[in-house]
Amino acid sequence: MAYRTTIKAGGSGADYWLDLWRNRQLLWILSKRDISVRYKQTLLGVAWSVLRPLMTMLVMVVVFSQVAKLPPDPNIPYPLMILGGLTIWTFFSGAFSQVSNSIVLNSNLVSKVYFPRLLMPLSAVAVGFIDFLISLVLFIGLSFYYNYLPSVNIVFLPLFLVLTFVSALSFGLFFSVINVRFRDIAQLIPFIVQVGMYACPIAYSTRLVRDSLPQYYKYYIMNPAVGIIDGFKWCLLGDNSYFDLNSLYPTIIVSMVALFLSVAYFRKKENTFVDYI
Amino acid sequence: MHVITAENISKKYIIDHQGIRKPSSLRDVVSDGFEQLFNKKKKDSAATRKEEFWALKDVNFTIDRGDRIGIVGHNGAGKSTLLKILSRITDPTTGQVSIDGRVASLLEVGTGFHPELTGRENIFLNGAILGMNKSEIKKSFDAIVDFAGVEKFLDTPVKRYSSGMYVRLGFAIAAHLEPEIMIIDEVLAVGDAEFQKKCLGKMRDVSESGRTLLFVSHNLTAIQALCNKSFYFEKGQLLDQGETSRIVTSYLSRVSQKKLEREWADIDSAPGNDEIRVKSFKLLPDYLDELMHIDVRTSMEIQFEFWNMVEDAQLNLSLHLYSFTGECIFNVGTSSQAFARGLITGTLEIPGHFLNDGSYMISIMVVKDTSSVIYNMEEALTFDVEDFREGVTWYGKWPGYIRPQLNFSLNQPESVMNG
Repeated sequence: MAYRTTIKAGGSGADYWLDLWRNRQLLWILSKRDISVRYKQTLLGVAWSVLRPLMTMLVMVVVFSQVAKLPPDPNIPYPLMILGGLTIWTFFSGAFSQVSNSIVLNSNLVSKVYFPRLLMPLSAVAVGFIDFLISLVLFIGLSFYYNYLPSVNIVFLPLFLVLTFVSALSFGLFFSVINVRFRDIAQLIPFIVQVGMYACPIAYSTRLVRDSLPQYYKYYIMNPAVGIIDGFKWCLLGDNSYFDLNSLYPTIIVSMVALFLSVAYFRKKENTFVDYI
Repeated sequence: MHVITAENISKKYIIDHQGIRKPSSLRDVVSDGFEQLFNKKKKDSAATRKEEFWALKDVNFTIDRGDRIGIVGHNGAGKSTLLKILSRITDPTTGQVSIDGRVASLLEVGTGFHPELTGRENIFLNGAILGMNKSEIKKSFDAIVDFAGVEKFLDTPVKRYSSGMYVRLGFAIAAHLEPEIMIIDEVLAVGDAEFQKKCLGKMRDVSESGRTLLFVSHNLTAIQALCNKSFYFEKGQLLDQGETSRIVTSYLSRVSQKKLEREWADIDSAPGNDEIRVKSFKLLPDYLDELMHIDVRTSMEIQFEFWNMVEDAQLNLSLHLYSFTGECIFNVGTSSQAFARGLITGTLEIPGHFLNDGSYMISIMVVKDTSSVIYNMEEALTFDVEDFREGVTWYGKWPGYIRPQLNFSLNQPESVMNG
């Protein structure tokens, strides 16, 4: 018999990943749903995904470059440096917040039908990824405008995308579980994203942190997002862009450990969602 | 061959009696935690206020391939919990179920429909959620659209659908699932007569094609029409199982054993106050057959007795009949009159062919001087009215709170025919 299911206390166990694989089409369909309903009944539609990073970049350029007169990395146009950081941050923050809310937003499904619950956070990554792609196209356009060609470093781009995916998913998974019980998380997420935008090297270069706050630099690069953002900018903008390899180790270690722990936590709690949602 | 084997399944819920407030935000948990940290006594009392509730207790059964199982029982008997466990929405607390074959469970019509998406998009979404793969959906797409009758609105967002269209589309998708085992919860209670007939026909096809069906309903007529075997649940336990006709009969007779009479012998401990004390409430149905159950045809009499403790009291009585969901179906009152100290009795007749099938509650209010309520007994009596119909091929829930037999006829005046 192709489908044999055993239901007992404590969940399914061995066939969990097989079940996930069987439902891969559903993953695709849920992602498609999230993307296609996003801009329904809006006037500007998908243009929002272009406008938002563009406006954010303009504001940051004016404030940090024109008003505060912060220096960019050598030979890199300030707008390009900011848009590079914003692009990967868009992916991380979008995926992270969507994943955190994924279970609660799908509560109607949780209480009425079974499918591997991990599909909900996984499919929630899609929206952030689409925003990322749009922002990336914007970045490419802008680099043509500045006549700034990418370097060979670009071959490492997939590595940083995977790292971003893993860290956004694993932090998001953890919050998505807590969010089922405590809706405080929904209040907390936008705040984390907002603070994170300034705590990470998006509007400025990590080089500035190293030069002006040397005593805190080693703590600064412990932030796993720093390695991702600097690495991503390094891929797109070449060796001129500041990238300290030491900032990559915390990223790899933290995101892998977080992935392992949060998946375990998620699996432990997923069968109780229905009782609290 | 058994397709479903359930061994000792139980499901426990913890009911929190920590007042009305449930800790649902972090702040509450933190503040509760602090209170308990500094006030040990409170913690103890909070722990004792948690109560275990077994929604299912040690349930064992096997289901064979091709069986069509009807599941009957009162609200809260554990039927829905069982379906939730079989559909893998919630875990059993103990025990184990093995299922051979693909399961599609239909606990709701149109699960996961997104209001902003079109009918076409929702067919694919809902189908995938219910476990169909893309090629299966494509294959049955036309049949689904045809069954639901929504061709013209395929590219309209479902939020613009009428509720009837929405339900029809939802059921149509589910009806075209091809699982080995199908679990259905009370979905026949929707849609118009024509559509319900289609649904029943479809469900019969499902069962005749050798698939296994589990069907929960309060609608005994539909269960008798569809299911060859039935389970009877009460208070989380599987009390009886077997041939549908036998189970339905025993269910109905057990229903009638429900306490329809309440009596208090001792005047001092009887409910009431200084002014009046209740002696008894009785619901006496005029049973039509030896099965002794109340159905929509049954007339009944409500008898009550109470002691008036005040000399020369000007009293009248007001009786409310509520549906199980809390709507008041009617309120009747007696005229006000003077009573001496002593026993007062009264009766109210409720005719047959009046109430629709369903569960009802009666509350009784004693009013003094036509203005002040001196005693109010809520849920003084509760009773169920079962469905009964003859000569119809429609088994859906009969709509409405009351089900009167009115003079309703058609005729065709000749003058119109000629003109």
